Amino acid sequence: MAAVKRPGAEAQAVKGWLGSHRWLVARRFSQLSILAMFLLGPLAGVWIVKGNLNFSYTLGVLPLADPYVLLQSALTGHAPEGKALVGAAIVLAFYFLVGGRVYCSWVCPVNMVADLAHWLRRRLGITKSVRIARSVRYWLLGATLVLAGATGTIAWELVNPVSMFHRGLIFGIGAAWSVVFAVFLFDLVFADRGWCGHVCPVGAFYSVLALRSPVRVTAARRAHCNDCMDCYAVCPEMQVIKPALKGASRGAGPVILSPNCTNCGRCIDVCSKTVFRFGLRYDDREDAPSPAPAGGVARAAIADRA
Amino acid sequence: MSEQGKPSPASTARRQFVLDAAKMACGVGLAAGGLALYAKQAKALPPGALRPPGALAEGDFQGACIRCGMCVRDCPYRILSLARPEHPVATGTPYFVARGLPCEMCEDIPCVKACPTGALDHSLVDITKARMGLAVLIDHESCLNWLGMRCDVCYRVCPLIDKAITLEPQRNPRTGKHTMFIPVVHSDACTGCGKCEKACVLEVSAIKVLPAALAKGEIGAHYRLGWKEKDRAGESLVAPDAEHKFNLPEGYRYEYGGRGLVRDEPELSTLPGAPKGAK
Repeated sequence: MAAVKRPGAEAQAVKGWLGSHRWLVARRFSQLSILAMFLLGPLAGVWIVKGNLNFSYTLGVLPLADPYVLLQSALTGHAPEGKALVGAAIVLAFYFLVGGRVYCSWVCPVNMVADLAHWLRRRLGITKSVRIARSVRYWLLGATLVLAGATGTIAWELVNPVSMFHRGLIFGIGAAWSVVFAVFLFDLVFADRGWCGHVCPVGAFYSVLALRSPVRVTAARRAHCNDCMDCYAVCPEMQVIKPALKGASRGAGPVILSPNCTNCGRCIDVCSKTVFRFGLRYDDREDAPSPAPAGGVARAAIADRA
Repeated sequence: MSEQGKPSPASTARRQFVLDAAKMACGVGLAAGGLALYAKQAKALPPGALRPPGALAEGDFQGACIRCGMCVRDCPYRILSLARPEHPVATGTPYFVARGLPCEMCEDIPCVKACPTGALDHSLVDITKARMGLAVLIDHESCLNWLGMRCDVCYRVCPLIDKAITLEPQRNPRTGKHTMFIPVVHSDACTGCGKCEKACVLEVSAIKVLPAALAKGEIGAHYRLGWKEKDRAGESLVAPDAEHKFNLPEGYRYEYGGRGLVRDEPELSTLPGAPKGAK
């Protein structure tokens, strides 16, 4: 058992628990507090937010609409109007700026289910995973758009686990539990990171939105990487790391440019060498390759040891 | 396309790509086909489920509604629910069941105002113009008024009393001497709010709100109702009205309005055996 290393153990030894879980804690806080704001109305009668992730109205002033659902609605032949249009524009602008898939890692409630499945997978030592191409989601994204046009209904919303789960938590879940549980089982038994990382067309939509997003994770101190592989182990889209982290010899910049990166920041947490940080996509500078004195005594000491 | 001779690495890669793409297209196509069939099924709204006021026609509604539940939230009487996957209504869309809780027909129609997409048509500002369905007194055999009693509850609770539901007097052939007051729904006024269905005193309501498409017949476009055409033209369009001639005994005449054969009144008292003083 000793051979199985927990990803992030080294970082925790160097940076402490909070230092090595900062972004994870922030993310869970974000996910749960967004959910709590939605639940405050129906549970406590305090109406800060009405609606659900498809459309919500905050404090009677801020409309937010899911542009993906609205796009499908438009493809059925219904011209979107009013608050929905304004809401979708706000959401599009926001996620374009911070990285589309921030929706996945900081907002979507299914992320917690998927993360739980992944965590359990590791705890139970389940290593078998069906190979699914990561492009499946884009095909599904296309299919849902075609279906909307062909059937005249927002067909995807009949089965979408994301909106079913969120709507269910707020309006009463009913049999939607089974759909969420199916996603959990799919991730646990069939494919590691199966739903969010390979299949979900909602995530694919937000990936497309992130193609030119300015806020990105950058491997700014990639020269310090000690190949511990912890970042790969925790990354829900691990294929996005290598081009930036190991691309120096090919002249690639240190910024993780793949739109599939969810900006979850977990790689920042688990890196004992503080290789990663949030930055802008245009910022190709690498931080000074020398041991960073700004990192404090402990970090410097580790760097020396390496 | 591919070059002659042995396949180059590039062409092998190309083949692989085409093969992968084909595999993907088949798999996703299969899933999409299944979903399309399901979507087609889900398009059929069960007759017991009613959409909120102002809802577009069902086909359009399911494309316009983004399942946000704003209408549900802003309904002050908490009548609307969002369909769960196990309900026979398209998942996430709003509906109500008249026999459970009927629409209270708020004058400011908050559910319509709350809708962000216009799936509930914002041009609906007068709730009496809403058409959520059409009430139909569907069971004449168990309706108490049809049985000759004076229940009248559906008529009394109707928010558009004497417009959407009227009571039409009819002779009661069972007793021969009473009147039946038959509730009649008028489709030009009924909003389908469901108050009548909710209020019906029977174990199972004899009056039910149905989707208008299910409840209404439609007369052929080429039909012309003679009496209406006559009213419009001011005279008969086929042939001039000729007064009908009857061969009746002296002192009798025929009344079209309903009484039929009548004896002229002045002679009543002169007939033998007639009670004295009878008119």
